[in-house]
Amino acid sequence: MSELKKTALHGQHVDLGAKMVPFAGYDMPVQYPMGVKGEHLHTREKAGLFDVSHMGQVFLTPDDKDFATAAKALEKIVPADIQSLEPGQQRYSQFLNEDGGILDDLMISRLGMAGYDHVLYLVVNAGCKDADYAHLEKHMPSDVKVSVKDDTLSLIALQGPRAANVLACLNPEVEKLTFMTHTDLELKGTLDAPVWAHISRSGYTGEDGYEISAKHEDMVRLVDELLSYDDVEPIGLGARDSLRLEAGLCLYGHDIDESVSPIEAGLIWSVQKHRRDADAGYLGAERVASDIADKSTKRLVGIKPDGKAPAREHTEVQDMDGNTIGEITSGGYGPTVDGPVAMGYVARKFFKSGTPVQLIVRGKPRPATVVKLPFAPHNYFRGN
Amino acid sequence: MSVKYTEDHEWIKVDGEIATIGISAYATKQLGDVVFVELPEIGTEMEKGDEAAVVESVKAASEVYAPIGGEVTEVNEALEDAPETVNASPDGDGWFLKLKVKDASELDGLMDEAKYKAYCESL
Repeated sequence: MSELKKTALHGQHVDLGAKMVPFAGYDMPVQYPMGVKGEHLHTREKAGLFDVSHMGQVFLTPDDKDFATAAKALEKIVPADIQSLEPGQQRYSQFLNEDGGILDDLMISRLGMAGYDHVLYLVVNAGCKDADYAHLEKHMPSDVKVSVKDDTLSLIALQGPRAANVLACLNPEVEKLTFMTHTDLELKGTLDAPVWAHISRSGYTGEDGYEISAKHEDMVRLVDELLSYDDVEPIGLGARDSLRLEAGLCLYGHDIDESVSPIEAGLIWSVQKHRRDADAGYLGAERVASDIADKSTKRLVGIKPDGKAPAREHTEVQDMDGNTIGEITSGGYGPTVDGPVAMGYVARKFFKSGTPVQLIVRGKPRPATVVKLPFAPHNYFRGN
Repeated sequence: MSVKYTEDHEWIKVDGEIATIGISAYATKQLGDVVFVELPEIGTEMEKGDEAAVVESVKAASEVYAPIGGEVTEVNEALEDAPETVNASPDGDGWFLKLKVKDASELDGLMDEAKYKAYCESL
C-alpha cells in the first residue's frame, strides 16, 4: 500500500489531539478529544470546522472565454442544467456513466469575479477524484482546459448556526451570500495579512455555513484564526458522517455508486425539468428518463428504526410478510434525533413515508418505518 | 471478591456462584459514546467465548463475549433507556449481565487488575 497523503492542515489535527485514520488515501481526523457525539451536537448548536482538503478542486476554462463553451461541454456529462448558471451561482449534480450509473457527485460553480465568470469550478469526492479527472480529460473538448488545483488549494467547511457570525468578523460581506451562492474576497479579522478565499454558502451538514477554498499556506493561518473563536470547534469525519446522514445527504460509495441512477437515489430535484428526456444530450440520459417512467425501479428513502437499535449499512430490509425489499446503505445513531437513523433502497411500491417495514439486525426482525428525509431539519440561509 | 479481565476488555466479578459481567473503562474509551446495548435473554446458556451482548457506539457495533460459561440469570435492563451509563460507570451501574457460574476453573486464565493494566498499556 502506498503511503497516505496529508492535507496542509495535518499538523494542526495532530496538535489538536485528533485520532487519525486512513480515508480515501489520506490520513484524516475521524474525531477530536470532544468525541463524535459532542462534535455533532456542537456543530448543530454553534459552529464546526471541517478539513475537507482531500476533496478534489478543479477548474474548467474555455479558450474563447465564453461561458457557454464550458457549460455546453460539461452538460454532456452531467444531468444538471449548467448554461443557466449565473455568475456566483452553484449547483449540485453527478457524473453519470453511459448506463446512467453515478460515477461521482459534485458541486459545480460559475465563478463570479469580473473577468473570470466564464470559468467553472468543481468540487469532487476524494475517493473518486483521480477517475473524475481522467473522465473530464476524456470528455472535455480541446478548447476547454481542465486544471486540477489539489496541489495548491485547501478546502475547509465552517458549519452551524454561528458560522455566519464568526466568518463575518473576518469580512462582513459573507453574510450577504445566500445558500448555494459564492464569492471571492479577502478575509482579515485579526490575521496579520489577509487571506484571499473562495467562499460558498453551502455544506454537507444540513446547517447554514460555508465552504472555503484558499491556498495551502493561507489556510493554515485561517484555520488557526477560526479556531480562536469560542464558538468554533474542529470536527472529524465521524461527526461529518452522522451530520450528513441526519440531513439526508447521500455519501458516495455507500448511498450512491455506479449501480444506481440519480432518479433511484432520489436526486430528481437536481435534474432540471428540461433535462429529464432521453434525448437531453448527456451520458446516461436514457436511464434517467426510463427510471422516471418505470414504476418497478427502487428508491432511496429515509428509514427510522422504531426502537433504539441502530441498523448499519447492508442491513436487509423486509416487508411485513418477510420478503426482502431492499437494503440499508447508511445507518447509525443520530445525536440530534437521539436515536437510530438510516437511509436505504426499497422497491418503489414501499417508498411512501409511513410504510412499515422490518430490518433484520443480527438475525432478528425489528420494526421500522419509511420516513421523509431529512431527519434533522435543514437550516439553510435563503435570504431575509 | 476480585475482578478479572479478558483480552477483549470484558470484566467479570464473581460473588458465590453468580458472576457479573461488563466492559472495562479502557473499552468504553475506545468505543466512544455508547448508544445501544443488546442483551441476551434470561435463561440463555452460554459457553466461554460465546457472544453475550452487543454494544453499539456512534461509530460501530462491537460484540461482548462471555468470559466464562453459564446461564444468564439477570440482565441490566436500565441500559435499554440509558445506554450512556456504560460510559459513565463502566465497572459499576454500567454492568451488562449476570451468569450462574458453571465451571469456576474457567476463571483461571483471566487477568487480574494489575496484569490487565499492564496489558492495556502495551496496546
